[in-house]
Amino acid sequence: MSDTTAAVGRPVLRREGGDKVTGRARYTDDLVVPGAWYGKTIRSGIPRGRVRTITYDPAFNWSQVVVVTAQDIPGDNVVQLIRDDQPALAAGEIRHREEPILLLAAPDRDTLAAAERAIRIEYDVLEPVFDLTLATETYSTIEISKGDVVGAFKGLKDGEVVERTFKVGLQEQLYIEPQGAIAIPESGGAIRVIGSLQCPYYVHRALKRTLELTDEQAIVVQAETGGGFGGKEEYPSIVAIHAALLARKAGRPVRLIYDRHEDLAATTKRHPGVIRHRTGVRRDGTLVAQDIEIVLDGGAYCTLTPVVLSRAAIHAAGPYACPNVRIRARAVATNTPPNGAFRGFGAPQSLFAAELMVEHVAERLGVPSLDLRKKWMLRIGDTTATSQTLTESVSAELVLAAALKAAPPVRPRPSGSPLGSAHPTVRRGRGLSLVYHGSGFTGSGEKKLGGKVAVEALPGGTFTILTASTEIGQGTKTIFTQIAADALGVPLEQVTVAPQDTSLVPDSGPTVASRTAMIVGGLIHAAAVELQERLAKSPKPKLPLRVDKTYVQPDTIHWDDQTYRGDAYPVYAWACTIVDVDVDMLTGEVRVTDLLSAVDCGKAIHPVMAEGQIEGGMLQAVGWATIEEIKMKDGGYQNDRLATYLIPTALDAPRIRTILVENPYSGGPFGAKGIGELPMDGPAPAIIAAIHDATGVWLDEVPATPEKVLAACASS
Amino acid sequence: MRFVLNGLPMTVEAPGSRRLLDVLRETVGLTGTKEGCGEGECGACSVLIDGEVVNSCLVAVGQVAGCNVVTVEGLAAPDGALSSLQQAFIERGAAQCGICTPGMLLAAHALLQQNPRPSEDEVRVGLAGNLCRCTGYTKIIDAVLACRT
Amino acid sequence: MPDVAYLQPRDVADAVRVYRETPGARLLAGGTDLMVMLHAGTVRPRALVDLWSLAELKGIRRLDGGVEIGAAEPYTSIIGSALVAEHCPALVAASRTIGAAQIQNRGTLGGNLANASPAGDTLPVLLAADAVVVTDRRTIPVADFFTGYRKTALGAGELIVAVRLPAAARGVQFRKIGTRAAQAISKVVIAVSREPARVALGSVAEIPLRARGAEAALARGDAAGAVAALPSDIRPIDDVRSTGDYRRMVAQNVLEELLRD
Repeated sequence: MSDTTAAVGRPVLRREGGDKVTGRARYTDDLVVPGAWYGKTIRSGIPRGRVRTITYDPAFNWSQVVVVTAQDIPGDNVVQLIRDDQPALAAGEIRHREEPILLLAAPDRDTLAAAERAIRIEYDVLEPVFDLTLATETYSTIEISKGDVVGAFKGLKDGEVVERTFKVGLQEQLYIEPQGAIAIPESGGAIRVIGSLQCPYYVHRALKRTLELTDEQAIVVQAETGGGFGGKEEYPSIVAIHAALLARKAGRPVRLIYDRHEDLAATTKRHPGVIRHRTGVRRDGTLVAQDIEIVLDGGAYCTLTPVVLSRAAIHAAGPYACPNVRIRARAVATNTPPNGAFRGFGAPQSLFAAELMVEHVAERLGVPSLDLRKKWMLRIGDTTATSQTLTESVSAELVLAAALKAAPPVRPRPSGSPLGSAHPTVRRGRGLSLVYHGSGFTGSGEKKLGGKVAVEALPGGTFTILTASTEIGQGTKTIFTQIAADALGVPLEQVTVAPQDTSLVPDSGPTVASRTAMIVGGLIHAAAVELQERLAKSPKPKLPLRVDKTYVQPDTIHWDDQTYRGDAYPVYAWACTIVDVDVDMLTGEVRVTDLLSAVDCGKAIHPVMAEGQIEGGMLQAVGWATIEEIKMKDGGYQNDRLATYLIPTALDAPRIRTILVENPYSGGPFGAKGIGELPMDGPAPAIIAAIHDATGVWLDEVPATPEKVLAACASS
Repeated sequence: MRFVLNGLPMTVEAPGSRRLLDVLRETVGLTGTKEGCGEGECGACSVLIDGEVVNSCLVAVGQVAGCNVVTVEGLAAPDGALSSLQQAFIERGAAQCGICTPGMLLAAHALLQQNPRPSEDEVRVGLAGNLCRCTGYTKIIDAVLACRT
Repeated sequence: MPDVAYLQPRDVADAVRVYRETPGARLLAGGTDLMVMLHAGTVRPRALVDLWSLAELKGIRRLDGGVEIGAAEPYTSIIGSALVAEHCPALVAASRTIGAAQIQNRGTLGGNLANASPAGDTLPVLLAADAVVVTDRRTIPVADFFTGYRKTALGAGELIVAVRLPAAARGVQFRKIGTRAAQAISKVVIAVSREPARVALGSVAEIPLRARGAEAALARGDAAGAVAALPSDIRPIDDVRSTGDYRRMVAQNVLEELLRD
């Protein structure tokens, strides 16, 4: 066994970094596929109704293109996910204005555009529902209860009851590489789809169902992917189905690459919603009862809404111990484009409200909110809202202390004369939040997934990791090789990762839910350890030698899907975020100048990449809280170009500081927990608190746009 | 149409009104330059024309006749040795998903050519035309500052 | 888009001739507006007439105590020009707020004037500075230049050659309230001068305009009166970026602040 310095915990070079800085990395649209045609999706344009007629202009030569409608679908006209409600192509009632009606493919872009112009679709319009409070259809309801909330409020004689309602807005994931897939028909009825995606096996299942393909005939390959953040969790199934239908009918490869405008207009967004809190406390600050109602808008089709609602509900009480909790959550349908996965997945929404409630209760009691957090925060042995007893790796106190210790002194407030870059009409404020985020799938999710990996020893002394978990920038390939190399006791260079190709690698489950390091990394670790043991036992092992591992839920984890009680997640990651803002009192503009977060993710397999997740995730949350506003019109997004959907530039971004606190989890590889989504949870409520600190004004929603800030200041 | 591309003379047959971005990616076959928006908002398509960083989705290829164009493929040395910026990007975690990286490298390169010792604020100004969604910009700025001379 | 003809005239006289004689031709300078529209299909010209390299449209030079800037000189040059900094620092400030490096390296005053977007960041500065638009055949005071939503006083085949800033441009102050810190379209953009009294704004009407009521009060030395008069001079709307109420409030707040200094 060669001498190796442990790779885990070291900032080793990113596995595919060389390709990314030289232009060698091949993203979907970079791939040259000889003979490929170009595809396009023709969409509804009305938010609710039915197709009355489709007219194909006879002046156009239709033999030069391929047209696909619902009639061409061999299998089920359904986008396989949770509920079979979303058709691949509209066949009955249209439920949102971006609903795909038909598909076109042509040899070149000009012919494609001409074909699109030669189609006229007429609709019978039905009355749409846009307002979630007027929704008539519910996708999912969840009720979580602990103790006796009704009784607790009745018994709160000399206490305080604080009620507040919060709103959270839509958000676009805004991966810099738009959605796209290339479908290539192959021999034996096979179709290979190469695409920008997070979950090859989600796409695989969807293709099998809609195109009636066997496991072997459907081949899904992930190309280098330019960002996902959840936006490429379920949506790529639609792109893949469409590309495959076109390729099948055309008998040749088809490239279906979205431009930014289509991507902004038609793909899934973060669920917006309304969250109502009623909190009961004693005068001494003891937390007695939390009664919470959540309504999320799922848009026109169910997609992943029940799971988003689940995570939102489970996190809704915040990282606090409360004896009486009731959380009633529901997700409803509107005639807007379907909402879907986006980093955080419901938790940023409900934690926004939970954290601000701490501020409001503190204000009512006349005490610092920090005192309440210290009093209420979850500690080892406490139970959560789902009555989960926390037994290890509980770090609320740790991250709070670390953030406070690291926070720079509060900057002096301007006294009326300019102080350096301070302007007399700029007010400064600081805000803090404390959040937690469950690692892995909720409850029985991981058990149901049964994720699989394999590690194989090859002749020649190298090893390969076989997993469907994808690299989307977060460092999957790198951390997997670190984990495997250390477990095998070999240098990093001897370990490779096989391509994320469903014909080559097993289904490790989706690359979502902050599960990649902890769950899949854990499986890889176990497989590598066993492989190393088997190699060590035999003097001349027969190579290749492969060890497969399937996830088995530890029998210490108990969750009841019916009562929604028990161990919602194996473990939680924790973060305390402190933010400084400047508020321009003339314009309402909020500038986040400094952002710091102390984060416990158990063990940072790669400290630089862990910081990268935190820094990037937090800036996305800053955007959600400040400038990423989506205005609706007739059931569609007005912000449908990059000139109007605004994410922070380098000049908008604050200085971001990360403090990694490691409180290891015995069930994670080298102690690692999840980290991908946690950074999304902290900044938004901290920013609202900071705006209040600066101006004395409370906003109850995100984004806190200058228009809202100025109006709130003017009316106070 | 004749211009210099990454230090070498290039002749392309293309309508002058075609976007430089499309000529680079499809006619010349250099796919390092990316299309993130087609509107000149994201900077993923950034290239250098006579040393200045521009969005190639906004340049008609006829306009680069006789000019020096540099893409991400032209940043490393002919023997493949990475530039100090490219190396710093890998080492400091400035590239995550990598889609913004080519444009970002070119904007940073142009910045350092014009201002070899920028302050952090000057780096932010210089990179303000390049959107990144993964990194929060922190490690990108660190990487550029590490390459000051 | 189906390939559009690309024409590269030798000089301004050639450009004028080609522009006038080619049906469906559009003028191309830095492309920061036209190439976006072309790709999106919102304009479908038959030909592009490329002015970018014409030497007669470049340059920044002294003229009659002021400055003349070539119509195709990019914003980066304006930002770095000691002459412009001396004669009209507000134009440097405004140019810095346009896009970011990539856009500044290609965007031009000629292009922004010809597009006549009500949100053009430099246009209120030109109005407040009493700038003059020089075309191939005449001069047009910028106050007469914007005739309607994205419409100008330019005649058929007429080309902008330069922009002249008179000596008095020195006193102009500028502030833009954008949608974010860079790469931002303005929500309100304002340029103010005390002597002569000028209050010019963008993004508060269908054209960049001078607030005549506010100017009259300012000319009398009545700053408070100027702020009070402003809402009647402007007609801001609710749109994807902002609201009429916000624009009105912010325009007043910022005018008050600029006049306070």
